[in-house]
Amino acid sequence: MKLAYWMYAGPAHIGTLRVASSFKNVHAIMHAPLGDDYFNVMRSMLSRERDFTPVTTSVVDRNVLARGSQEKVVDNITRKDGEEHPDLIMLTPTCTSSILQEDLNNFVERAQMDAQADVMLADVNHYRYNELEAADRTLAQVVRYYIQKARKNGDLNTEKTEKPSVNIIGISTLGFHNNHDCTELKRLMADLGIEVNIVMPDGAEVGEIKNMSRAWFNLVPYRELGMQAAKYLEEEFGTPCVDITPMGIVETARCIRAIQRVLNDNGHAANFEEYIDNQTRHVSQAAWFSRSIDCQNLTGKRAVVFGDNTHAAAITKVLAREMGIKVVMAGTYCKYDQEWFRNEVSEYCDEVLVSEDNAEIANAIARLEPAAIFGTQMERHVGKRLDIPCGVIAAPIHIQNFPVGYRPYVGYEGANQLVDLIYNSFTLGMEDHLLEIFGGHDTKEVITKEMATESDLTWSKDGRTELQRVPGFVRGKVKRNTEKYARSQGLDTITAEVMYAAKEAVGA
Amino acid sequence: MTVAKERSAGSNQPAPASAAPSALNFECETGNYHTFCPISCVAWLYQKIEDSFFLVIGTKTCGYFLQNAMGVMIFAEPRYAMAELEEGDISAKLNDYEELKRLCLDIKRSRNPSVIVWIGTCTTEIIKMDMEGIAPKLEAEIGIPIVVARANGLDYAFTQGEDTVLAAMAMRCPTEPKKITAAPEQSVDRGSFQKLFSLGRKEEAKAEAPIATTTDSEYKDHPPLILFGSLPDSVVTQLNLELKRQGIKVSGWLPSQHYTDLPVVQEGYYAAGINPFLSRTATAMMRRRKCKLIGAPFPIGPDGTRAWVEKICKVFDIEPQGLDEREAQIWAGLEDYLKLVRGKSVFFMGDNLLEVSLARFLIRCGMTCPEIGIPYMDKRYQGAELKLLEQTCNEMGVPLPRIIEKPDNYNQIQRIYELNPDLVITGMAHANPLEARGISTKWSVEFTFAQLHGFANARDILELVTRPLRRNAALDGLGWDKLVKEEVKA
Ligand code: SF4
Repeated sequence: MKLAYWMYAGPAHIGTLRVASSFKNVHAIMHAPLGDDYFNVMRSMLSRERDFTPVTTSVVDRNVLARGSQEKVVDNITRKDGEEHPDLIMLTPTCTSSILQEDLNNFVERAQMDAQADVMLADVNHYRYNELEAADRTLAQVVRYYIQKARKNGDLNTEKTEKPSVNIIGISTLGFHNNHDCTELKRLMADLGIEVNIVMPDGAEVGEIKNMSRAWFNLVPYRELGMQAAKYLEEEFGTPCVDITPMGIVETARCIRAIQRVLNDNGHAANFEEYIDNQTRHVSQAAWFSRSIDCQNLTGKRAVVFGDNTHAAAITKVLAREMGIKVVMAGTYCKYDQEWFRNEVSEYCDEVLVSEDNAEIANAIARLEPAAIFGTQMERHVGKRLDIPCGVIAAPIHIQNFPVGYRPYVGYEGANQLVDLIYNSFTLGMEDHLLEIFGGHDTKEVITKEMATESDLTWSKDGRTELQRVPGFVRGKVKRNTEKYARSQGLDTITAEVMYAAKEAVGA
Repeated sequence: MTVAKERSAGSNQPAPASAAPSALNFECETGNYHTFCPISCVAWLYQKIEDSFFLVIGTKTCGYFLQNAMGVMIFAEPRYAMAELEEGDISAKLNDYEELKRLCLDIKRSRNPSVIVWIGTCTTEIIKMDMEGIAPKLEAEIGIPIVVARANGLDYAFTQGEDTVLAAMAMRCPTEPKKITAAPEQSVDRGSFQKLFSLGRKEEAKAEAPIATTTDSEYKDHPPLILFGSLPDSVVTQLNLELKRQGIKVSGWLPSQHYTDLPVVQEGYYAAGINPFLSRTATAMMRRRKCKLIGAPFPIGPDGTRAWVEKICKVFDIEPQGLDEREAQIWAGLEDYLKLVRGKSVFFMGDNLLEVSLARFLIRCGMTCPEIGIPYMDKRYQGAELKLLEQTCNEMGVPLPRIIEKPDNYNQIQRIYELNPDLVITGMAHANPLEARGISTKWSVEFTFAQLHGFANARDILELVTRPLRRNAALDGLGWDKLVKEEVKA
């Protein structure tokens, strides 16, 4: 048992359902108690889905506990088969069903006898995998299933397309800015003269999977989703995989160059150098921004980055290489894939933190006192309490990650967006300070800032008044240092006197 | 009724009533509907009971639900946590008692709450964790009361979670008034504790409870009355005052604002519920605390509030004063809203068990209601409400709704397409898809969190109900009715 206040990645079934419901005409049957169907709520409310989410719960209740659920599951599968005529029905286990230890595989076989649709059991262990790992596994499972099925039926199409083509793998529903990223990637491919063979899984039909082998290469923009499927395709068909996230000007160029190499290896002479140069120097605003006076003022500012592997690594690189910002700590919650992260970021930051414990991250931020944070909703919350601005760069997903306007994170337009995000995070912070210097809103209450809520200290009235006099932008620091001092002296009340003593002692 | 018999004594669902003959038509469907997990009650109960700590003992699935669907975690952090069960807990390699002790000691050290409420989940049910067995021992060992509520998603829907908590808490109401000499240490703790969590709170300033400020002479002589159900403090005050107009004194509320102030409950006290989903609490008050239950319609809408007050008066043999005028006056004030809803139809898909009360009020407002979906119907506890519904339909000259217990959302959507109601009150999963198909919706969840009770809040209900209608009027003429390309397959 462990105490948990916050989860960076969801449970496995969320990952499976994100993949299943991304496909067109695939229905998921969740083997779960009634209360577990909040995936439908997330999809309908967060991403403002217009269509009913194709997920139905086969409800586990007392009856099922007493008598087993075979009949019910099979009924639900055949019922949906008749009502919706999906191509595939995916039985999705949950933590509840995994401890029941029913033979779901057997249910699937039974249901398959009656159903027109293909019926499949998502193969994920709930206690071993989180949302991200489960999504990756599920996608690979579906791809493998349909490649094998096509091979058996003899309608596997392995002939490469005439023109260079790509499968974009890893775009899914409820993914962080995935919809806009996908549009941007398609534009980029069009610019490069590359046809998009299939986008996987968002909006794809399972019937198209057999054509995946026709693509010249696979592009996996996110480390978290699509790597296993791409690996399988590489093993089966030798399809090369480009897995460089095109986020920021430098990495976008590196990604395009990797694509160029693939095309050249396949006997298609491609040279994208001019394109890269033109985009970098003239079309995109990001590189020019880095050169501008605005950005000069950010030089050497200290930032903390925390998120999933893909976004945390990419943002770290952008901050360090493209904007001259000092990344004092880069962190990821993708514990299961931490080696990759360390390799990617260690040369661009002072410290690497791999953790799923939000308190550990919060305490690190409190200790490092960066000028800005780039993190998840949780770090944004931490930032609020510490009065440090935070730009949100990674899931857990939030309704704010589904803006109506165009906000990609990848490609050249994504690079522009990133600049705005980064610059605004810092400047809003600065503006705030200016306002406070000029007495704009100095009536603010002093709030407790420790992340560890060991608020054992009391501030006396005169101490509080004195603290109020300290300019806002250093107040937090002064407060913390004073409390540190008070603790070290074994004091439990902080008076104005204690504050002065602390100042002398530690230069607070 | 598939709700299972509980293993713990005193927390049984009331037996299905031998219902009085009724023209109302009850049906039962497949139970394939969307609702929130009952552990969501944490979202409002931690705010209500200010010195509490809620520990949800479950898995990532439960935690992610509270975090992402309910948005609980960030703000609730100081007084809510998950005890996340890991593989070792499931396979019983680890000792539940020791594990829970470690966590609760941690909570005691960092938060020092007056009570820790353990919220069970499906997982604790299935692995048969002996929470009721462990709690008393641990409570004695660590010195903090532990209340066990098995609000899992196997047995209950959405708001019934509160019912499980209150039913358990009913057993903790003292039988004798507290001695005035409260331990000084404790009051200090609570002060610092409150300071600590006021950080993330967004609730408005508390209204003063009126009970303490009035002299007893303003009240008639009647046996003590306890009200149960969690309401924002300002609504508590309103209902207290409403009864005070009739000379009735509310002796206490379950839950109280502080666990340490739970009301005294003695045999023979009267008890009345304010929400339709509290049937287990009602049973606990009746059978275990030997209270007399006042079965009344619920104080939702001016009609319901009036009937509720009237019934309580009747039980105490008090002639109600000025109720007619009061109700009429409220209705008159609602006229601007009533114009918007008269003659319109409303369809309840079923989510929070408030459906019958809301439907009854809206029919009284002049609407029609073809169907009330509801997760679970306790015909006895809701008996007076059902009767009032029937009476209202007769008086308004509209057909009786069909009541569908454990509805099937797929079938309901087919019926919605057929009936084309003016408004569908539905869970969040269906709201946007229905809107995209030109059907106006309102989230049932909003009614769970809105202030519905008492005379004054009738406006708030209508404000919610008419919002989609008013929004549509604003967009009228733009031709944006249907925002999906093809019609869904039937
Ligand atoms: S339905 Fe059960 S497993 Fe799901 S969130 Fe609720 S208690 Fe947890």
